[in-house]
Formats: sequence, C-alpha cells, structure tokens
Amino acid sequence: MTLEVGSGLTIGLILGTVIVVAAMLIWVERRLLSFWQERLGPNRVGPFGLLQVVADMIKIFTKEDWVPPFADRFSFVLAPAIIMTVILLSFAVIPFGPNIGVVESNIGVLFILAMASLGAYSVMLGGLSSDNKYALLGSLRAAAQMVSYEVFMGISLLGVVALSGSFNLRTIVEAQEGMWFFIPQFIGFVIFLIAGVAESHRLPFDIPEAEQEICAGYHTEYSGMKFGMFFVGEYLGLVLVSSLITVLFFGGWMGPSFLPPIVWFALKSGAFIAFFILLRAAIPRPRYDQLMSYGWLFLLPLSLINLLVTGAIILST
Amino acid sequence: MFTLVKDTLISQVVTLWGVFKKIFVKADTVEYPDQQPYMFPRWRGRIILSRDPDGEERCVACNLCAVACPVDCIALQKGEMEDGRWYPEFFRINFSRCIMCGFCEEACPTNAIQLTPDFEMAEYVRQDMVWEKEDLLIDGCGKYHDYNFYRVAGKQIAGKDKGEALNEAKPVDVRSLMP
Repeated sequence: MTLEVGSGLTIGLILGTVIVVAAMLIWVERRLLSFWQERLGPNRVGPFGLLQVVADMIKIFTKEDWVPPFADRFSFVLAPAIIMTVILLSFAVIPFGPNIGVVESNIGVLFILAMASLGAYSVMLGGLSSDNKYALLGSLRAAAQMVSYEVFMGISLLGVVALSGSFNLRTIVEAQEGMWFFIPQFIGFVIFLIAGVAESHRLPFDIPEAEQEICAGYHTEYSGMKFGMFFVGEYLGLVLVSSLITVLFFGGWMGPSFLPPIVWFALKSGAFIAFFILLRAAIPRPRYDQLMSYGWLFLLPLSLINLLVTGAIILST
Repeated sequence: MFTLVKDTLISQVVTLWGVFKKIFVKADTVEYPDQQPYMFPRWRGRIILSRDPDGEERCVACNLCAVACPVDCIALQKGEMEDGRWYPEFFRINFSRCIMCGFCEEACPTNAIQLTPDFEMAEYVRQDMVWEKEDLLIDGCGKYHDYNFYRVAGKQIAGKDKGEALNEAKPVDVRSLMP
C-alpha cells in the first residue's frame, strides 16, 4: 500500500496522528502556558514531562465513570460521542499533503461548516441532559455563541471560495500557488481566526465553560472518560481550526522544497496551535453580552463588507 | 470606529506581544526537592528546646510560652530539682496545631525555646506530630551561645546564694543603718 488519498494506510495514519497530537497538546499547552507565565509546568514524568499525557490517561481511564441519577442517561452518554465524531469527521476533507487525505470532496468547506454546526448539539445536549443549572447556563451560552459565530465564519470563507472558485479544499490549496490567501483576504483571515476560537470555545471565548463564573459549564456533571472525550474533543477542535487556517489562508502544504510538504503543513498548523495557546495565556475572557455584540455588530458587518469588496474586485478584473 | 479598533485590536496585539516575550524569561520556579532553598537562620520552623553552655536544660517551666501560644499547642508541667532549679516534668508541642508564629520564642525569658530553619515535618500518622520533651531537647545552645539563666538571674539555687550572680549586688540588709 502506498500513501494515496483514501487508502486504508493513509486513513489509519491520519486518524492515529490526529488523536495522538490532540492528546499531546494537553502537555504542550500546559508547558507553553507555564513558559509564558514564567513557570516550568509539568516536567516530572519522563523526559521534559513528556509522559505526563500517559499519566493523565491512566488516571482518567481508571476514574469512576459516573452518570448522575437525575441526568437524562441517553443524551448524557451521547453528547461526548458527538463532539469527537463530528470533529474527526471534519478531518476527512482536509488535504494534509499533495497525496495525503481521506476523501476528495467538492463540498469540503460546506462539509466542515456543517460538522461545526453539529458540534453545537454535543455541547447543548451535554448541558441540557445534565439537569444542572450551571450546565444549562453553559449550554445556553454555547448554543448562542456557536450559532452566531458560525454565520460570519461561513461568510469570511466565501472570499477564499470566490478567489479560488471552488469549495474543494485541495483546489483551494492549489489555487494559492502564486500568493497565499491571507494577503488578499487578510480581513477574512482575521475574522476566521476569531470565529475559529469561538467555534472551538477556546479561551478567551470559552464562555460556555467559564470556570470562574459557572463551574465548568456544560461538562460540570461529567467525569472519567466522558469528560476526557470533551477534553480531547476541544483539543481536536484546536487542531482542526489550525489546520483549516493553514489550508485556507496559508497555502496548506506549500513551501520551499527542502522540507517535505507534510512537514510544512505540520509546521504551519503548529504555529497556529501555539498562537491559540498564546491567546489563552494573554487575553482575558470578555463578558457574554460583549461577545455577542462584538460578533453581531462588528464582525458580521465587517465580513459582509469584505465579501462585497472581494466580489467587486473579482468582477472588475 | 477608530476607538473600537484601538481598544479591541491594538491593545490585544500589544498584550499578545508582551506575553509572548515572556518565553525568553527564565522561570521563577524553585524545583524544591531537587533544589534545596537557602533557609535563613531566623526562619521560623521546627521548635527546639536548647541547653545552656553547661549542658543543663534552659527551660524553667515558667509557662509563658504556653500562655503566649495563640493556638494552645504547648503543654508543660513544672517540676523542681533538689538544688532549687525549676524544670519541665513534661514538655509537649502539638505540631499539627503549631502555626510557627514564634510568639513562644519571644515570650521565653531564658532563651530555651527556639525556632529553627527546619520545615520538613510531614508525618503519616497524626499522633506522630505530637513531640515530647526528649524529641524537642537538643544538646546545644541554639542561637544564643553564652547565655546561662541561672548565672545571671537572682534566683537562689544550691551553690549560688543571693547576690552571687553575675553583675548582681549583694542584698541590702534593710535593718542596718550603715551605708
């Protein structure tokens, strides 16, 4: 078997790599955060603390897997599975290299937006079925945040789609041969970055799970591996958003030929993952209403203007 | 519009850059069990009972430390030697209560009770946190090397009568008129 789009080996490698990377991000994030806060972070387990993830995994697997008696059992168990599934499915359409990917889809961008919308159900069901006031507040916030940020997340991508003339992510990467799209679509890039943070509800937009206000938000009642799935799902979302930014705005696998394409892809995505962790280290969380008004009153008009100007320029040339 | 951009974007970017620069700053963390910190001699840690330069117990069982203790972790009982010296029959400190405030050291008139820089006192059994006199008593003088209470105090003991202490005048005979 060779590495080609859709072969069993490629699919297995992508699945394994993505999950291992997401798990390792737990360690990477704690270490990077601590460096930015002039601390050392976890460095006791194994060299540089690399085995911290293994220790965490052993801990989380041996924890009691408890479903509260007042919870709605079916949707309570279903919710963490949804988030893992939809995010792993989103990775299917991402082109990691010239011949690495799971499927060739002509509606890749739409597929990812659809999966992101489905991800909102996980958070909503998780909070709703927990029958806990903090979880309910968290899922309320999550629903409002994800629905509203999805709107201009899609609109900000339309500029890229218009420039490349395709919804296929591989075609979009190939259309960036001459110039990466973050130069003509800089505003679109910034909006997508912000919306991506909000979609994966990472800090500073982790309002659905704001520890200081509402315990842990929608996963207050979760424990053991079900919580672990929410946790890894969040990191999977981080990897997904980073690789999407790489694909859509930074030329995917393209780069000088002294490194193989997949390494360029990994480097670019890694830089964005580090940037997201830096966001967490630096920026405080906005208030809930600030987040909503910022989205609807500033980012939405901006993304519409961006789309309008992009369309006008494409039509006039 | 301008202020919005200034507030939302520029200030955030400045913050991001300021935090990013911290990656080049050395961490403040002291990796404690591997890297032992220097403990200053006046650090208020584990409590000891010291002896005077002659090797006798300094404690005279005056109970001032037990009175001063804000958490009542010191218990002791006075005893008296044949030569007239006072000493504690038992002296007990419950370190699970002790807050290392050092009030006992300040209250002690004979420099007997002293705090040391040792702080690694964890135990598995709570009862092991209660230290008796033989655990507390050390063989040295602690922080005060040449202080001997019975030599400077006016208290009368066997072998040292009234007025024979260091820098002490002979007692005045109040019935005599002689200068």
